[in-house]
Amino acid sequence: MINPEEIKSHFPIFNREIKGNRLVYLDSAATTQKPVEVVDAIVDYYYNSNSNVHRGIYTISEEATELYDASRENVSHFIGSKDSRQIVFVRNATEALNFLSYTLGRSLTEGDEILLSVMEHHSNIVPWQFLKEKGVRLKFVDIGSDGNLDLEDLKSKISKRTKIVSLTHVSNLLGTINPVKEIGRIAHENGSVFIVDGAQSVPHMPVDVEDIGCDFMAFSGHKMLGPSGIGVLYGKFDLLDSLHPFMGGGEMIREVSLEESTWNDTPLKFEAGTPNIEGAIGLSAAVDFLRGLGMENVRRHEMELVSYVLQKEIESGIKDLVSYGPREVQERGGVYSFNIGEIHPLDLNRKLSVESVETSAVHPHDVAADLDSYGLSIRSGHHCAMPLNNKLGIVASSRASFYIYNSREDVNALFDALKKVQKAFVR
Amino acid sequence: MSDNDMQAEIVLEHYREPHNYGTLENATVSMTESNPVCGDTVNISLLIEDGAVKDVKFVGKGCSISQASASMLTDRIMGKSLEELKEIDEESVIDMIGLKLGPSREKCALLSFNTLQKCIKEYQSSQ
Repeated sequence: MINPEEIKSHFPIFNREIKGNRLVYLDSAATTQKPVEVVDAIVDYYYNSNSNVHRGIYTISEEATELYDASRENVSHFIGSKDSRQIVFVRNATEALNFLSYTLGRSLTEGDEILLSVMEHHSNIVPWQFLKEKGVRLKFVDIGSDGNLDLEDLKSKISKRTKIVSLTHVSNLLGTINPVKEIGRIAHENGSVFIVDGAQSVPHMPVDVEDIGCDFMAFSGHKMLGPSGIGVLYGKFDLLDSLHPFMGGGEMIREVSLEESTWNDTPLKFEAGTPNIEGAIGLSAAVDFLRGLGMENVRRHEMELVSYVLQKEIESGIKDLVSYGPREVQERGGVYSFNIGEIHPLDLNRKLSVESVETSAVHPHDVAADLDSYGLSIRSGHHCAMPLNNKLGIVASSRASFYIYNSREDVNALFDALKKVQKAFVR
Repeated sequence: MSDNDMQAEIVLEHYREPHNYGTLENATVSMTESNPVCGDTVNISLLIEDGAVKDVKFVGKGCSISQASASMLTDRIMGKSLEELKEIDEESVIDMIGLKLGPSREKCALLSFNTLQKCIKEYQSSQ
């Protein structure tokens, strides 16, 4: 069982006030708050063991190296990886996906295809667009009206030219949980490399990379109680080991001459330069914190909250309130994207007239700004998923996202504030 | 009520009941500008006679800041000469709103200003 009030006591930020109100933080899908255990681990490293890793032959460098390596081991266990050499530390999920676009992209040729979906975050679209100059084609799996991935569409779009299938595990806007194990089987039967963007799943539910069977997974530390600037690329060892380095520099080499170099062993050959040591240590402390709660419990807590949100949505009676994503909480992560009246994209071919713009909708920017005055932090905008917004026919939405420190009282505060917002802004 | 609350109420009034709302049938120039990131859109139509703004109207959709700033800006330029319009810059538009705006909302506040600049440029190139 998750007790949000007890959990909050580990997060100093909840002691502060926002404009005279308690802080109700509902933007954990963007980044989570940090418990004192994570901050302490980083401070402890800086106060007691700070030094560079791997090369120093002295006590504190050996300590730093041990802490760094132990962090890798800890993260590896956390996601069910059987070998810590399969964990590459990067900056974030975005860097992991750019890493894969660069390294896997080297062997792609004109006419090869990459299969993505319309619900991807920009970080799982833009890096692949870089490969279009090589003649690589991108295809996008559509979603159904319920916000779920259309598996029939996936099966019709995968082809013998599909070299890579890269999909999000959980949509950051819809909350949709994709059946990645099943999709992985389809991808592998087709001979495609299967990549999972785990940025919104690893922090929120039990994730086992061996069980899913994916070839690669990307996720960010800062979305799972860890510090920013540290993320993870998981890769099946043989496949990962076969890749060309992403960046060149110190740490990643075995021998360097003026003409050429040989590489260090995997994963170090992918970690050029002094790594984010304190980031890895902080992420490891975050993993300990989450493991202490139990990821099954984290998932159950979020399901209960979303279920309560969907109930409140109906009870609140807020006029024109619409929300997106699957209604079944089993199929959905802890995000709630909504609008008070939808604002549709402007058709530039249509003349903007008085009639065409009269709307009772409240713009998500106004929703977020007004909610802030009651102490609530929510996100508004396109949530780095502009193609999905286009698909939904909206310019933006507001998003409340939930985590271990959120309670039913936070949900009540959200809907109480939304009622006030509507009163203030509707014309 | 603090000064900030009062100013917020003034801005909200402009949003709820915008001044100079509509389109001019006999406009000398009419331009539309939008912010693709949030979908805010403003169209301004100007009737220019003897080098001055004889009439101005706007239509638009978007957040309260973008629409209120269009309402306030059209009030401000009504009757002004094109020379006088040159004195209006980004800073003065932000000051006109009078609220503490973060960097992302300054873009909303400046949408009508950018639309006006587009109108003036279009008018000048047609002369």
